[in-house]
Amino acid sequence: MTRTGLLALLSHWRRNPMQLFTLIVGLSLATALWSGVQAVNAEARASYDAAAETLGEGQFAQITHPSGTIDQATYVALRRAGWQVSPVTEGRLDGIRLIGLDVLTAPGGLGPVDLSNGDLTVEVMLNGVLFATQDTLDRLPPVDVTTRAAPDVAPGVILTDVGTAQRLLGLDGQLSRLIVAPIQPVTQPPLADIAPDLTLRPPQAGSDVARLTDSFHLNLTAFGLLSFAVGIFIVQGAIGLAFEQRRPVIRTLRALGFPLRRLVALIAAELLVLSVIAGAIGVGLGYIVAAALLPDVAATLSGLYGASVSGTLQLRPEWWLSGLAIAVGGTGLAASASLWKLARMPLLASARPRAWAMQAGRGRIWQAVAAVALLALAGLLAWAADGLVAGFGMLAALLIGAALALPLILDRVLAFGASRARSVMAEWFWADTRQQLPGLSLALMALLLAMAANVGVSTMVSSFRLTFTGFLDQRLASEFYVYADDAEQAAALREYLAPRVDKILPIQSANQDIRDIPSEVFGPTPHATYRDNWLFLQSAPDAWPRIEAGEGTAINEQLARRADIAIGDTVTIGGTAFEVLGIYGDYGNPIGQALITEATFEALFPDITPLRFGVRMDPADVTPLSIALRDDFGLAEANMINQAGIKAFSLEVFDRTFTVTGALNVLTLAVAGFAILMSLLTLATMRLPQLAPVWAQGLTRARLGRVEILRAVLLALLTAALALPLGLALAWTLLAVVNVEAFGWRLPMFLFPWDYARLAVFAVLAAVLAALWPARKLARTRPADLLKVFSNER
Amino acid sequence: MNARLLAFLLLIPSLLSAQGFAGLGTATEDFATPQRPAIFDFPKDHGPHPDYRIEWWYLTANLQDADGTDYGLQWTLFRTALAPGQGDGWSSPQLWMGHAAVTTPDAHFVTERLSRGGIGQAGVTPDPFEAWIDDWQLAGPDFDTLTMTASGPDFAYDMALTAQGPLVFHGDDGYSVKSAEGQASYYYSQPFYDIEGTLALPTGDVAVTGQAWLDREWSSQPLSEDQTGWDWFSLSLGDGKLMGFRLRQTDGTHYTAATWITPEGQTTPYPDGAFQAEPLATTDVDGRDVPTRWQVRLPDRGVDVTVDAINPQAWMDTSVPYWEGPVTITGSHTGRGYLEMTGYD
Repeated sequence: MTRTGLLALLSHWRRNPMQLFTLIVGLSLATALWSGVQAVNAEARASYDAAAETLGEGQFAQITHPSGTIDQATYVALRRAGWQVSPVTEGRLDGIRLIGLDVLTAPGGLGPVDLSNGDLTVEVMLNGVLFATQDTLDRLPPVDVTTRAAPDVAPGVILTDVGTAQRLLGLDGQLSRLIVAPIQPVTQPPLADIAPDLTLRPPQAGSDVARLTDSFHLNLTAFGLLSFAVGIFIVQGAIGLAFEQRRPVIRTLRALGFPLRRLVALIAAELLVLSVIAGAIGVGLGYIVAAALLPDVAATLSGLYGASVSGTLQLRPEWWLSGLAIAVGGTGLAASASLWKLARMPLLASARPRAWAMQAGRGRIWQAVAAVALLALAGLLAWAADGLVAGFGMLAALLIGAALALPLILDRVLAFGASRARSVMAEWFWADTRQQLPGLSLALMALLLAMAANVGVSTMVSSFRLTFTGFLDQRLASEFYVYADDAEQAAALREYLAPRVDKILPIQSANQDIRDIPSEVFGPTPHATYRDNWLFLQSAPDAWPRIEAGEGTAINEQLARRADIAIGDTVTIGGTAFEVLGIYGDYGNPIGQALITEATFEALFPDITPLRFGVRMDPADVTPLSIALRDDFGLAEANMINQAGIKAFSLEVFDRTFTVTGALNVLTLAVAGFAILMSLLTLATMRLPQLAPVWAQGLTRARLGRVEILRAVLLALLTAALALPLGLALAWTLLAVVNVEAFGWRLPMFLFPWDYARLAVFAVLAAVLAALWPARKLARTRPADLLKVFSNER
Repeated sequence: MNARLLAFLLLIPSLLSAQGFAGLGTATEDFATPQRPAIFDFPKDHGPHPDYRIEWWYLTANLQDADGTDYGLQWTLFRTALAPGQGDGWSSPQLWMGHAAVTTPDAHFVTERLSRGGIGQAGVTPDPFEAWIDDWQLAGPDFDTLTMTASGPDFAYDMALTAQGPLVFHGDDGYSVKSAEGQASYYYSQPFYDIEGTLALPTGDVAVTGQAWLDREWSSQPLSEDQTGWDWFSLSLGDGKLMGFRLRQTDGTHYTAATWITPEGQTTPYPDGAFQAEPLATTDVDGRDVPTRWQVRLPDRGVDVTVDAINPQAWMDTSVPYWEGPVTITGSHTGRGYLEMTGYD
């Protein structure tokens, strides 16, 4: 009996292959976008994990010196005092990060490098071996040390023995920092008794890179989730319609004595199989999406945050499983209402597919109440609540509320249009559009969400770009930057540059904990460069003159937010109290920062000699000067940075970000367009009885087709008009609520009318493309079919 | 402890091929080998011999607190060389490993330290004598008057030692043969230390006194390739002290050697077969069967005693694991001693 019932149920799909297609494609597309985005995120995160393991950073406490260098003798003194610490020497070898660890004392060994081979370990300690991925090794200049490919080392990083690192970097007897083992002996003097100038930093909860890039991943995830929501609208439509159309079959089966429970189980099983198939296709498509996006994402992340992400995709179980799970879960969600209804349905209830399609029109009051309540909740959360969960709760309330409100608002707008219509044709057009609205509302909600997501994320990315380039202007105010290798070269460099440029601005910094938050203290020379370019988010009156007079300090937003410091508060730097006179934006920096004037800095940190210099000069002279520095002075190319070069690079990075965002824009709109197409196709056959009289009264089929397209354009435009404020609200929530909660800094929001206009055009284009086929079908409907409407043969 | 270190310490190339305990049975290549006659030059020979592959400063002590409770204590510094010669800085082939332990009747505290040679983190200077790794130290103006410290995550100790007798030399005046094929090491001891100090245990500080025994041994291949481990005894028997060891061979036979030491420090070496040690009972230590009760005989001196571990669970869970702990002696003689067993892991 089960078999017969199943065959009866499945026969529906055979008779309506288009619906099966809609269901599978809708679900596949939704899963594809979701899992594609997740794949990109998972890959990037795996790269950070490799980095975290490679560097051993985060999980262990660290000991550092303000100058960034610890004498090896200090390391031995600490060990001999009972401190279980392990040395790290790191630097750049032709731009590639080289990290040297001591295999005997490092708490994590050589990170991900497998040293179970004793001979290899001997080789590492005696002669030196460089471990890196093959990609990284390929970029390495020739060295007199054995290299070995180690696929789990973070991209762009070489791991080796500390002795080898010192030799290759020319840092004999110098360490960059010490890793503190998690287990220490019972007898141990305080750090300050042995090495008072060293700072102990506790282990971090997560790696800095992961924290930073989370903001980027958050955007991608939001995108993926919205795309999936759009896809679920399609799935719900397809399942609901299929259910409604199968009611005669179900009625017959039940009348023949088929148990209800088994029927529900059969339909559930059928949906499970379909969703697994669609999910698998979706994961496959998602892999293609991810593979196409990943190189750009990798480039973006490495450019923005210096986080190296491998450009090749690996199939990771966590994301394909999550893709399948969300496909099945989403289907279950979409089907639950239908199954619930089936379980409670009277035995002989008749099928009413058109009534079902129009059902969104019923319960309008409840929908309105729900929409208003959700939007009010979103407003309330924005105003009153804080915390990341509240931020996401607000996003959800806002989006669902707006989606629910959409049909009601469109209905009012169309009613208004109808009241203004003067010709018969126009009146029919408005009225017919309005009566079609319930059938299209799910698809239009999908379009609304897709558009809003696009507006929101584009605004966020573009705001980020503007802020970041503005921030670069502020931070890279000098035209040219040079780095000296040591104090001697620094002195020679200043002497060489002095007659050739307008002003040399030393850049010196010291690592300090301010209110227990790891921070960097900078000591800039008093100069108009800073007064003109460093803009404060908040400041006391005459902030710069007072800072230059040594009366106070300016701190970055991160420090202010984390330590809850306001203007006028006092912070201690190098044992001296300073009043906070200014707070400035410092985007993407994970740690605190404070500025004090040069003279004060030198008094507090006499040991620190500036090795970096900003040079103010005519931008036209930068290239000749850098050639002269290289040829006459002998400064390495790597020690010079042309500010214009950095800016060009960062803009290029953002262009890549836009590639990613753009691709996702197109994909989400395509899904929404598909939803519209499917809704229109579904309605097309049901609408013949309404169109036939109009045709009979003299409207040609071609004209009817054109009217269909016009209707699609109208609805798309109206939806786009509503999506714009929704998208902006979304962007505001992401920038001003979620970002602050997640990362400790607020991004200013900018508006980009041209982008929005282009998005609206895309949305209309998607709607037109979706309407084209149904309209064409309508225009070619056989007159005989239209005539049948008036006969009993239908 | 990092599992990779295990492989590392078993270095002395490839314990992976299971050639004897901690690779001690592998070929010597360019390292120096002990020669007969053994000629020592003190205090210089209290210091390291970097041209030999392996060397140790190995101190064990039987201690008692005011209530008469028995304690055991160990302080060991191992030197192992990847290649002969001292070398400079990080590229030095010399590696150091420290083991410290305190054994009570119902607890066993162990900790380990590792260090590269060449950077000053660990080493030995002969005059004035100082052996150290990290904050652990065995040092004094001379070899007869020493202070000793070590600390771990759950214990520490601080002891003072005074020698009450002369150095003693094992085998042929310090040339100690370890197999029938002639593998040998340089081996001398100072078995006459009086020791006192404080054990800092999780239960509180304990003031203790007792006797300590320091072994000095260096070689490049102390075991033959067919030897899998050893059982080593240092026993204080009232009318003398006995050092005896039994090297276990793959064919089930044993190679033994012993030294009888009078209270004045006169030594009598015994060749293979004179000293006999047979397990009487074993204990399950973390899934390993380890003999913790022995029948020990040296008929020439009328010695026929039963040796019992004070704490049978005295397993050294270090990079190179082994059993090491204090023992009580009953039978023809009574007393206290120390037992070391390797190759049971």
